[in-house]
Amino acid sequence: MTYQAAANAPKGGDEKMPDPMSGPKDTSKRSWVAIIVMLILCILWTIPTLGLLVTSFRSRDDIVNSGWWTAVFNPFGTGWTLDNYDRMFAGTAMDTAFVNSIVVAIPATIIPIMFAAFAAYAFTFMDFRGKDLLFVAIVAVMVVPLQVALQPMLNFLGPRGLGISGDYLSVWLMHTGFGMPLAIYVLRNYMSTLPRTVIESAKIDGATHFQTFWKLIVPMSVPALAAFAILQFLWVWNDLLIAKLFLSRANTTVIVELQTLLGTQGQGKELLTAGAFISMLVPMIVFFTLQRYFVRGLTAGAVKG
Amino acid sequence: MSSPKGSSAAEAALEPGQSREATDYDKASPQKLVIGLVGMAVTVWLLVNAFLAFSLYPELFLDSRIVIGIVALIIGVGGAALFFFFLNMFVEGLPGRASRGAMPYAYVLPAFGFIGLMLIYPTIQTINYSFANADSDAYVGFQNYKDIFGDEAFRSSIFNNILWLLVVPAITVAFGTVVAVLGDKLGAQAEKISKSTIFLPMAISFVGASAIWGLVYAYDNPGANQTGLLNAIWTAFGGEPQTWLQISDFRLNSFLLMVILIWLQVGFAMILLSSAIKGVPEDTIEAARIDGASEWQIFWRVVIPQVKGTMITVFITVTILVLKVFDIVYVTTNGRFNSNVIANLFFNELFAARQAGRASAIVVILLLAVTPILIYQVRHFRNEEANA
Repeated sequence: MTYQAAANAPKGGDEKMPDPMSGPKDTSKRSWVAIIVMLILCILWTIPTLGLLVTSFRSRDDIVNSGWWTAVFNPFGTGWTLDNYDRMFAGTAMDTAFVNSIVVAIPATIIPIMFAAFAAYAFTFMDFRGKDLLFVAIVAVMVVPLQVALQPMLNFLGPRGLGISGDYLSVWLMHTGFGMPLAIYVLRNYMSTLPRTVIESAKIDGATHFQTFWKLIVPMSVPALAAFAILQFLWVWNDLLIAKLFLSRANTTVIVELQTLLGTQGQGKELLTAGAFISMLVPMIVFFTLQRYFVRGLTAGAVKG
Repeated sequence: MSSPKGSSAAEAALEPGQSREATDYDKASPQKLVIGLVGMAVTVWLLVNAFLAFSLYPELFLDSRIVIGIVALIIGVGGAALFFFFLNMFVEGLPGRASRGAMPYAYVLPAFGFIGLMLIYPTIQTINYSFANADSDAYVGFQNYKDIFGDEAFRSSIFNNILWLLVVPAITVAFGTVVAVLGDKLGAQAEKISKSTIFLPMAISFVGASAIWGLVYAYDNPGANQTGLLNAIWTAFGGEPQTWLQISDFRLNSFLLMVILIWLQVGFAMILLSSAIKGVPEDTIEAARIDGASEWQIFWRVVIPQVKGTMITVFITVTILVLKVFDIVYVTTNGRFNSNVIANLFFNELFAARQAGRASAIVVILLLAVTPILIYQVRHFRNEEANA
């Protein structure tokens, strides 16, 4: 996973943390150097994506004969077209792949959370023998590259084993396993910032752990649950390796479809840009609508307040 | 908290909650035990069958992927909740002492089942396979290791990986810091927009990013209109169009691929560093200012030391990512033109060459490479816990 080490950072209270997207402002700090450098960086960062977006709306002839920027400089002389999108949905398996991606990503995001939340609760609010050792094991496996799992899991899930390789189930299982250490870590970090007095008083009132978990801890942990969910969703949606190896052709995701398109030369190459944009659409929407949670998820418990 | 304790009168007086809990569960409740056990068994049986039915009898779900997805979500989440419900009931049914002792394990072990199956067992198995032949059915000693180290492609990949490791984490942290610091000096609205812009690529997959940058590095024959941005700029200054990703002199193509990863990751570095920098106490900066320190000195001597921990965190995260970098190389050059990296070499050994033994040996090397980071992370975590 990508952000596993980030979770293993100095932790601090979430409520003390300034919003990293824009903090309290001291107008005297504004500087021209900052404005110019940031402007240049923003332009540099946007141009590649803009190029893709513009290209995806141009005809095949235009794409081959001139750079995409000519369309930007001369927007009215350009024959804008939705042809690439039409042909991509008609000519490739992209529409099925799009549904597959959703079917793969949502269960693979939600299912690990339940298991991780119970484990995180036990790690935060219960004492038991071997607790430290088990938690150190989690910190350790967060670093293990997922490549170690491929051959053994192909044997275990494939025809030599359970025979479910190729189905959604195998990918749900894989992502649940790989997401688990980070999920437990993030949730446990967050739960340890919750006020202990609330849990103590629930106990005095005679609540069992099960009741405390559902009625108090889960509702109070919603920010961390949402943050992990977004991270995991982006990770699963954007994954190539597991989807390519563990899903059959019929069940494959947009990212694998896109990788196939990238391999084609000549004819059909113009469909690639439309395909790439389609594959980015859902994560972008998730990203923009839930950016606050996402940023909080990356920073929660990861930065000293 | 609820460590196994006797319910002596003295303790009961001190901790009323403890005594209540103790009296509730002092005796075993056979009813709870039986219902819990049967409930767990039935839940697991139903779950297994339902999930198998998705692949064996898709017609039950109208052959619709969406129906399968929705049903999977409901029974996956519902089933897990039900399982924990019955598991909890079973453990509550145990006699007092055993109940309190077993409860934490009941909560922790299901999650560990997944970790054991998906991460710990495969790690051991991969090490095992690395000493076996291509079909993993006979041991060959260290032959795989001899093979890969004798292979020019492997040594070249290691060299490239080292380049990636030297360049990408350092530049990502440096850019992230610059953006975090300069963004802090903009107006609130400008800061938000500029940071979102640089953060945005985080939502893009490696494959999507490679498609995007494929347009930048595209090549057309000399004389034709250049449609690739880099070649358009290059020819505008009088150069000949280049097939950029095929140029392995000074590993130029590897560096161009690194640009893609840096472009993707700077936003992540920026977010963490930004909140660390904003968390630096204002009075430490004021104090330095009163002592006559310049902005530059304040940055290096006051701000940087206080955000060093976060910088290391970001550096390590990106380092782990770089060690495993696969998608970008796989979809652009697939390792040709001297641009291969270990993770891509592994993939090709495993699936193109069908050499499970050698592929496993490559992963073991990768595993050895992350071990120092792993040890560092564990020690770092231990220190944090000791200080908490």
